[in-house]
Amino acid sequence: MSTAPTTTATKLTRKDFESDQDVRWCPGCGDYAILAQVQRVLPDLGIPRERFVFLSGIGCSSRFPYYVNTYGFHTIHGRAPTIATGLKATRPELSVWVVTGDGDALSIGGNHLIHVLRRNVDLTILMFNNRIYGLTKGQYSPTSEVGKVTKSTPGGSVDHPFHPIALALGADATFVARSLDVEAKHLQEILRRAHAHRGSSFVEILQNCNIFNDGAFENLTDKERKAEHQLVLEHGKPLVFGAKRDKGIRLGSGMRPEVVTVGNGVSEADLIVHDEQDPTLAYFLSRMQPPEFPTPIGVFHAAVRPTYDAALNAQLAAAAAKPADLDQLFTRGDTWTVE
Amino acid sequence: MSPPEDAAAVRRPKAREALETVVIRFAGDSGDGMQLAGTHFTIETAFAGNDLSTLPDFPAEIRAPAGTLAGVSGFQLNFSSQEVFTPGDVCDVLVAMNPAALQVNVDDLKPNGMLIVDRETFSDANLKKAEYRENPLHDGTLARFQVFEVDITKLTVNALVESGLSNKTVLRCKNFFALGLTSWLFHRPIEPTLEWIAQKFAKTPALADANARVLKAGYNFGDTTELFHTSYEVLPARIAPGTYRNITGNTATALGFVAAAQRAGRPLFLGSYPITPASDILHELSTYKEFGVFTFQAEDEIAAIGAALGAAFGGAIAITTTSGPGMNLKAETMGLAVMVELPLVVTDIQRGGPSTGLPTKTEQADLLMAMYGRHGECPLPILAAATPADCFATAFEAVRIAVRYMTPVVLLSDGYIANGAEPWRVPRAADLPAIPVVFRDDPAGYQPYMRDPASLARPWVIPGTPGLEHRIGGLEREDVTGNVSYAPVNHEHMIRVRQRKIAGIAGEIPPTTVTGPPEGELLILGWGSTYGAIAGAVQELTSGGASVAHAHLRYLNPLPPDLASVLGRYRKVLVPEMNLGQLVRLIRAEYLVDAHGLNKIQGRPFKQSEIVTRARAILAERP
Repeated sequence: MSTAPTTTATKLTRKDFESDQDVRWCPGCGDYAILAQVQRVLPDLGIPRERFVFLSGIGCSSRFPYYVNTYGFHTIHGRAPTIATGLKATRPELSVWVVTGDGDALSIGGNHLIHVLRRNVDLTILMFNNRIYGLTKGQYSPTSEVGKVTKSTPGGSVDHPFHPIALALGADATFVARSLDVEAKHLQEILRRAHAHRGSSFVEILQNCNIFNDGAFENLTDKERKAEHQLVLEHGKPLVFGAKRDKGIRLGSGMRPEVVTVGNGVSEADLIVHDEQDPTLAYFLSRMQPPEFPTPIGVFHAAVRPTYDAALNAQLAAAAAKPADLDQLFTRGDTWTVE
Repeated sequence: MSPPEDAAAVRRPKAREALETVVIRFAGDSGDGMQLAGTHFTIETAFAGNDLSTLPDFPAEIRAPAGTLAGVSGFQLNFSSQEVFTPGDVCDVLVAMNPAALQVNVDDLKPNGMLIVDRETFSDANLKKAEYRENPLHDGTLARFQVFEVDITKLTVNALVESGLSNKTVLRCKNFFALGLTSWLFHRPIEPTLEWIAQKFAKTPALADANARVLKAGYNFGDTTELFHTSYEVLPARIAPGTYRNITGNTATALGFVAAAQRAGRPLFLGSYPITPASDILHELSTYKEFGVFTFQAEDEIAAIGAALGAAFGGAIAITTTSGPGMNLKAETMGLAVMVELPLVVTDIQRGGPSTGLPTKTEQADLLMAMYGRHGECPLPILAAATPADCFATAFEAVRIAVRYMTPVVLLSDGYIANGAEPWRVPRAADLPAIPVVFRDDPAGYQPYMRDPASLARPWVIPGTPGLEHRIGGLEREDVTGNVSYAPVNHEHMIRVRQRKIAGIAGEIPPTTVTGPPEGELLILGWGSTYGAIAGAVQELTSGGASVAHAHLRYLNPLPPDLASVLGRYRKVLVPEMNLGQLVRLIRAEYLVDAHGLNKIQGRPFKQSEIVTRARAILAERP
């Protein structure tokens, strides 16, 4: 199509994915760290820069496309999955990313999120979860905890929150993962896995809003405490956590998980072994929450299922065997000729 | 055409009478197959060479309780040896398959019109369901008609007595008896219907045989019974030479989109959510995959237009189809499409509103929503189709404008022409104009919001193009660069540029066609599906010597540049619309013309006579 050189000709670097726009999130916002990890990962994916498209809805997270020097589309509150679906369906060779937040994805865009996941459109969906509305200055979100005192809930929120991971699994998502804004290495690895997955990849990224909900995930990010509160999921490995790696998750009575200390008759062999292919285990893990449990991070579930865009294009490819003759189409059915 | 072989039995000669125009309506329970009977009578009529126009009329309920007034379904056809503009104001013939069908439709039958009823259905129980206290066949209330009491049910059962089919299946063939009988009555060839039956029921020969047998039984009954003394002939109409097919507005719309995408050399993407009366476009397009047609049945109306906009971003010819309630939901994305300046056609098959309103009935009350139904200053072009066949050309033109001007376009149709049918002179694909699509791929000097000086369109650059990576979005853009900008003066500038771009389309609108005297007393100005009724009315009025002309608008925004001068050549202007007066409001505001409205909001199209009556009243007013 073009005589211009493609960007594959040279090795891409992080710089190639920085746009000329000033980044305008609040100083100290967790979004900076996520942007940095995305910009670090993109050059390594073996895809020419012009084939990346970042789409977003509305909210703090949704400014993301302006800061990545790829194709980008800042759309409408909650609707990015719909626009991404039309783009990916007709241009399956593109690498399409959706950047969204807890309000954008789970509140106003909840319907589109569950449908894009069930269809398994080949998209990478990054949902920044800060459990608050930031851009509108501090109302509670669909992931805010019950009792949350905000501008719109001075007496405390009475809404039961969504568990984003459980919601994604309930919608039959084929790739469901969680990471943290400040866990650079972990987040990079999850981004690579999410990108490599064929189908809808849903990544919940716990992200600190230092203005309206500072410290929401402090237990998970504080260097001293995080080992006691993070449960890092690894496929084929037992569910172990703790600074001394001496705690684990065991299946207790009645299919209920329980935290146990390894030793005193409990061995690692008694612990649940993580299996990314098991949707039941994934759901079970998605329900584990503090303070009773550590917070799992990593890949909850990864399954193989045909993607919507591939299946749709396969139907068109099969039909392409038939001649596409407009004159024949116009005269389908009964015709008559007037001399 | 010759009658079928079975009809060649010994018969006494019957009178044949020539007629110029006939309006026939088939009416029955929604399970009686009246739409099917009407459709096949239409095809037979097309083969007979008449001009024609149809109007299906069905209830919102898929299957209302059998025999009730709510469950009556009708199909009306006007056919003639002259040019036909509408499905007809009143019927010459009414086929009523039960008392409810009679009750609902009898007022539309002309005095001395032919009424064919299935006698056995006039039981006490059915009469009660149809809210008759007395049997109308016996109480003299039908004396003003020629009533033909035919035992349709019994004759159908008799024809299939040895078929071995269940009673229920046998009774479902009744519509073909009625079709056969009326085919005989008006010299329609039944061969096309026999062919259709053979194809449709190829896998169930017993059903094919039963339907064919009943169709012929109906035909032969007319030929042999003493009940009918006369059959009627309607000679072929003088029609422009060419290949024709009968087409509904929705099918024509679908074909127009496919043709446009083919002539643009791009795939077509339809995002849609099922809604009456637009769903048939989705059904049609989903069968055209060999033409590179993607159809996406979305989770809701918002996702439907969102996906279409995403496909447009990727370089497809993108469309979404809906009706009024769905258009409400699409408004926000239409605003985004205006802001990011991507081509998109939003098709609204209007129906009775507000809210769920009259889902299966027609109305033209979404014009001002198309014009103004978005927040902010949000202009976009609006086109309206005038007849079922005109939907093809209008859909094609909507795509052309969307691509040339990089803008969303609203295409308005309505339930009347969407489901109604008329003969369509099939164009040759090679004669359709090409729609040039240019994706910019030169990075030198590229800016996302630079503009073509003639059209003011920004360049279409699709993802995947090296060196032209850029970001678009709903925030106000800085002129040329497309960077987000909150600058006050830039905002006003961009508002005015977007407005000027749409206004500039007027330069391409062809001169307005005026039928009737080029100047005079009264101009009847219409848009959309009122075309047929107005054209027929103006023909009637001018043949009586009245100074009345007709102009019909395909382009509603912007309006044709010559419209001011056209309006100025008539002393009075009348705007008939199926709403409370939406175009008339725009015309008055735009041209300071004292235009009058003629408004009907009954879920039914205008009758020709209603327009004639109003025009005569205006003409009779003192200057």
